[in-house]
Amino acid sequence: MAIVSIVVELKDQPGQLLRVLEPISRLGGNILSIVHQRDKKTPLGRIPVEISLQIDEKKVEDLIKIIKSETIVRSYNEVRLIATTSIMLVGHIIHTDLGDTINSIDRTGFAEVVDMHISMPKLNEPSTAMVTISATGKEKLKEAIELLRDVCRRKGILMIEPLNEEPV
Amino acid sequence: MIRIAIFGFGAVGQGVAEILMQRERIERWIGRYEVVAVADSRGSLCSEDGISLKEAIEVKKRGSLPEGKSVMEIIESMDFDVAIEATPTNIETGEPGLSHIRACLNKGSHVITSNKGPLVVAYKELAELAKKKNVKLAFEATVGGAMPLIKLAKRDLAGNEIISIKGILNGTCNYILSRMEQERLSYQQILAEAKELKIVEANASYDVEGIDSAAKLVILANAVMEMDATFNDVEIVGITSITPEAFEIAMEKGYTIRLIAEASRDGLRVSPRLLPLHHPLAVRGTLNAVLIQTDLAREVFVIGRGAGKIETASAIISDLVDIYGNDRTN
Ligand SMILES: NC(=O)c1ccc[n+]([C@@H]2O[C@H](COP(=O)([O-])OP(=O)(O)OC[C@H]3O[C@@H](n4cnc5c(N)ncnc54)[C@H](OP(=O)(O)O)[C@@H]3O)[C@@H](O)[C@H]2O)c1
Repeated sequence: MAIVSIVVELKDQPGQLLRVLEPISRLGGNILSIVHQRDKKTPLGRIPVEISLQIDEKKVEDLIKIIKSETIVRSYNEVRLIATTSIMLVGHIIHTDLGDTINSIDRTGFAEVVDMHISMPKLNEPSTAMVTISATGKEKLKEAIELLRDVCRRKGILMIEPLNEEPV
Repeated sequence: MIRIAIFGFGAVGQGVAEILMQRERIERWIGRYEVVAVADSRGSLCSEDGISLKEAIEVKKRGSLPEGKSVMEIIESMDFDVAIEATPTNIETGEPGLSHIRACLNKGSHVITSNKGPLVVAYKELAELAKKKNVKLAFEATVGGAMPLIKLAKRDLAGNEIISIKGILNGTCNYILSRMEQERLSYQQILAEAKELKIVEANASYDVEGIDSAAKLVILANAVMEMDATFNDVEIVGITSITPEAFEIAMEKGYTIRLIAEASRDGLRVSPRLLPLHHPLAVRGTLNAVLIQTDLAREVFVIGRGAGKIETASAIISDLVDIYGNDRTN
């Protein structure tokens, strides 16, 4: 999955946004945020709208092509996941809905679980997992870890974070 | 002539006495001294002219010190210049150490302590009282045992801003985790082994739940980072639910696990953390290790013995020399 940010210029009329959102959903994309930059109206009265979305990276090009045929695309760029960390989870990870735990990260739009390794020694005994989380930046990664910490606290899962040495 | 009183005559109190018996060694640093009182929970040996430490240790070997003055009675009735406070730690009330230290400072005696309790409960009050009475309150032995830490951070790193302190402050937890790392046995198995080796006390919870580490972290935060922290400010997670598989999976990624106490502007935390295997803090056995991050000196690591009778006494002696000593290197 890639995170893409697209800025389109839309006429200030009803129904315009739908022309962009429809192809996104048709290609299985997932909208993360929509920001109307009303204060940046163009001389022709169009409104720049920034749309962030998550989509299969193979479909990015198609999507841009379709949107370009619908309206003006001012810019688009794939947001790279640049900050990565591994975190260990110990406890009844499976029983407490692992999918939901991972979703809490993936849902953010700025971070996702990119790798996972689980060891389940015995049924009903605590399992251990190492999840690797990537985010769009250091601060966002911190935010994602904070989120996961809350989920783990609620579910009684032990979370073992790396000892990070922030450059001084 | 320096008159010393020793309150609490267990492992640490006796360790101090054993070192003070080496007169030649100590007098080179601080000049003439006498121990005028030693007290345990049942009694004491006191003499204005100085007691025999050899006799005190022999008497103690057979049980308790002879019935006599209590610590509070000694403080009220005797003259001494410095008290060495080594009674048991109670991090909820600070007692009995808190009352001892308060009374000593109030009457104008220096205090050297290995007891975390009073400092966790009332650091600010005691530090201010010492300042007001123009005496020293020294506590190198409370954190990291023999390891230089308090004076290192306050004095040798003077002029620096301390950005964070991270480290292993409990040798028992470190023993258990580093054995789990090497043997891939369960927490319960290693705990049993540690109990047999007397590395862990019968009641291990104080160590393995992270309480001891948190108490030490509070002292560091208050004393060297000028925070106004209490025990309840520490977010604490212990080591009891760590699985052997955790080490297996961590190792695959080049990590191991240690219980890390961390103080920074983000707050105070004691929790198991992933450390790169080659990280200087990933020490083994009962060692303690601390990383101090400062703005000027940047990273400073200290590794050493965090407990033990003579090791802890060493830190107390260093405080004594700090108060009275002539620096021989000058
Ligand atoms: N051992 C270490 O490696 C280490 C390291 C760092 C810090 N510390 C700290 O140093 C302190 C002493 O440790 P320790 O290992 O020496 O403990 P310990 O062996 O249990 O000795 C404690 C001593 O305090 C005495 N005591 C208890 N209540 C008293 C009272 N109300 N008045 C006078 N004396 C009293 C005890 O008397 P009885 O002999 O009559 O029971 C005993 O002699 C503790 O606060 C500990 O946390 C210890």
